[in-house]
Amino acid sequence: MTSKPASKSPKPAQKKTAKKSADGPAPFSEEEEIAAYRDMLLIRRFEEKAGQMYGMGLIGGFCHLYIGQEAVVVGMQMAIEDGDQVITGYRDHGHMLATGMDPKGVMAELTGREAGYSRGKGGSMHMFSREKQFFGGHGIVGAQVPLGTGLAFANRYRGNDRVCLAYFGDGAANQGQVYESFNMAELWELPVVYVIENNQYAMGTSVARASAQTNLSKRGVSFNIPGEQVDGMDVRAVREAGLRAVESCRAGKGPYILEMMTYRYRGHSMSDPAKYRAKEEVNKMRAEHDPIEQVRMRLIESKALTEDDLKQIDKEIKAVVNEAAEFAQSSPEPDPSELWTDVLADMEA
Amino acid sequence: MAIKVLMPALSPTMEEGTLAKWHVKVGDEVKSGDVIAEIETDKATMEVEAADDGKIEKLLVDEGTENVKVNEVIALLAGDDEDASAADEGEAPEKPAPETKPGQGEATSRESGEKTKAESRKPKAEVKADPDLPEGTEFVTQTVREALRDAMAEEMRRDESVFVMGEEVAQYQGAYKVTQGLLDEFGDKRVVDTPITEHGFAGLGVGAAMAGLRPIVEFMTFNFAMQAIDQIINSAAKTRYMSGGQMSCPIVFRGPNGPAARVAAQHSQDYSSWYAHVPGLIVIAPYSAADAKGLLKAAIRDPNPVIFLENEVLYGKSFDVPKHEDFVLPIGKARVMKEGNDVTLVSHSHGLTYCLEAMAKLEEEGIDVELIDLRTIRPLDMDTVIASVKKTNRLVTVEETWPVCGIGAEIAASVQEKAFDYLDAPVLRVTQKDVPMPYAANLEKLALPSAAEVVEAVKAVCYR
Repeated sequence: MTSKPASKSPKPAQKKTAKKSADGPAPFSEEEEIAAYRDMLLIRRFEEKAGQMYGMGLIGGFCHLYIGQEAVVVGMQMAIEDGDQVITGYRDHGHMLATGMDPKGVMAELTGREAGYSRGKGGSMHMFSREKQFFGGHGIVGAQVPLGTGLAFANRYRGNDRVCLAYFGDGAANQGQVYESFNMAELWELPVVYVIENNQYAMGTSVARASAQTNLSKRGVSFNIPGEQVDGMDVRAVREAGLRAVESCRAGKGPYILEMMTYRYRGHSMSDPAKYRAKEEVNKMRAEHDPIEQVRMRLIESKALTEDDLKQIDKEIKAVVNEAAEFAQSSPEPDPSELWTDVLADMEA
Repeated sequence: MAIKVLMPALSPTMEEGTLAKWHVKVGDEVKSGDVIAEIETDKATMEVEAADDGKIEKLLVDEGTENVKVNEVIALLAGDDEDASAADEGEAPEKPAPETKPGQGEATSRESGEKTKAESRKPKAEVKADPDLPEGTEFVTQTVREALRDAMAEEMRRDESVFVMGEEVAQYQGAYKVTQGLLDEFGDKRVVDTPITEHGFAGLGVGAAMAGLRPIVEFMTFNFAMQAIDQIINSAAKTRYMSGGQMSCPIVFRGPNGPAARVAAQHSQDYSSWYAHVPGLIVIAPYSAADAKGLLKAAIRDPNPVIFLENEVLYGKSFDVPKHEDFVLPIGKARVMKEGNDVTLVSHSHGLTYCLEAMAKLEEEGIDVELIDLRTIRPLDMDTVIASVKKTNRLVTVEETWPVCGIGAEIAASVQEKAFDYLDAPVLRVTQKDVPMPYAANLEKLALPSAAEVVEAVKAVCYR
């Protein structure tokens, strides 16, 4: 068993988690603020549109919206480099957009069309992009964690310095395979950042009702994996912690756990009326911690952008989303012959 | 132009609901994401959120109205900027929703899909079950265990991306010594001892395969692979399909399968039919050392996830194996081990030991058996079986699987579909008895198939 020296990773200030200190996370440049704003807004508007289209019967099955959690994936994406891998569970549309996948292709997959990323055969929970190093989109809670650990294993096997971000929720954090992965990742010092998106409810069960240890960043302690809690509603805090974790992985120090304290505004899926939490709780989060509003306020206060500039951005994003929605409805359904393709690869492949 | 707010569906099956409550009134300014109404069905109450910014212009359905149809316009919103983009948005919902009723698309799919099925699943050219070996190829006597080890070593020499992982595969040299010597030659980067963590390392292997490596994951026995079966089926087998062909998973899961000896129910089970059930997997279960080698090499080179079912009892059995560095056998091809005219016997893996013993006795009694070794369970080489049945008109299947939904059941179903008129007797199955494997020596013997049962079944279909 390889145990790591205590000095292995710089212990990040835990103060970040409990209360916001006066100094706070490192500020963004104006450019970064605007980029983060655009990326988060795209996810929000895309998800609202997806919800609307689900309501119209254009999207089938399950549809898990990312609204409220945008800062997590956008901040983490700002912390990685081209070639690093991303894998997640079923609340995955935000991750796809953040990795740069085309909103048209994502929306067309949601409507089950030929032009979708999986040619209509995967749906909301199963999309991939080799080009963007996005490895899904997985529907079994927690299954992406060993898979992401395997992607990191491949990085180490090849001796490259790529890092894998393996995202999962507070619900998945109670799956056994997560700990099997933690053990192997630390044992073999694999370059994987486990990003726990703690949105406080696993479907309808709160963290406190499901977890003996509710501080999920401590879940790696017995494996000697460093972990920290991060304000997942503040994209700057996410990026900062992300950089620290990714750097540690890239330096060959093994896995890292980031528990992102976040919140989903919508139900678990479209058919969840979310009766397990008070409306006031949701409203309070929205009013006081909204990840997009935080950036918007900063942009206004710093006079980086005017209300009109912001309106213009909103308009552009809306146009992108409307175009995706339009495309997703006009793209044809997959040809019936598609039923039989992609089951097995050709032997020659 | 006003934006239409439609009655939403809470699920794909919802057709109508009650508009329970309005949270806004005419003239209110709303922002995208604000709750504007509540709707109720028999299952749940849901909030309706505005999908756009704007001012409530009209509420078209009163609070408390029941049976409001999905997609009915329930309110109008005046866009906050009265420009083209708002107008476009208003028009979008008017487009006829494509037909998404379950079932309707399915029928056409099945119909025209059937046509393409044969093309996509059949080997492109006629492949010989056993390719010709170069003239003068030497044969060496090897155990199945040695043949498997050589197959892995040869493929690891050939391709840097091939590696072996599992419990006790490296320093211990394999729980059943199948990986003997590999650590010495390839080092611990490529021969990886894992913790006892089947679900975890199976998933890790699948992830590594998705990244382009070619893992050979050893399960100490396939009984333990049940801990990992979610990763094998949901991740390895289905991802290519779910990704529209974008992802691939070139991985081999191998290890001993089937009843061993006196280890009781949890360690004595044949999983052939479990994995054979799953599209997206290839399932191989060889009998001889030559087949073990040629097919394991093929499995490692194959771009798909392969379940390679070995047999502990056969590990120490010796066979002639061609000494040829590129001895790779085709997947999906059965072998006619012995030609005959009276009855077809079909089996695989250790099941063949009962058949061979029975065949000797049957010959003494003048019954000429045609014996087929399936070698690959998925895709199942039914062409070879059907051709044989058309000749002998009688069929007995032999396997160490339970009878219910077993390999014999599948073969019998296919044969009655494709060669019903050729059958002169019902198809009989010799299987493990439909009970968990007992420990006591006498009961275990009774639970397993036997040569005597094979003889009896063959005589029965021959009406002798």
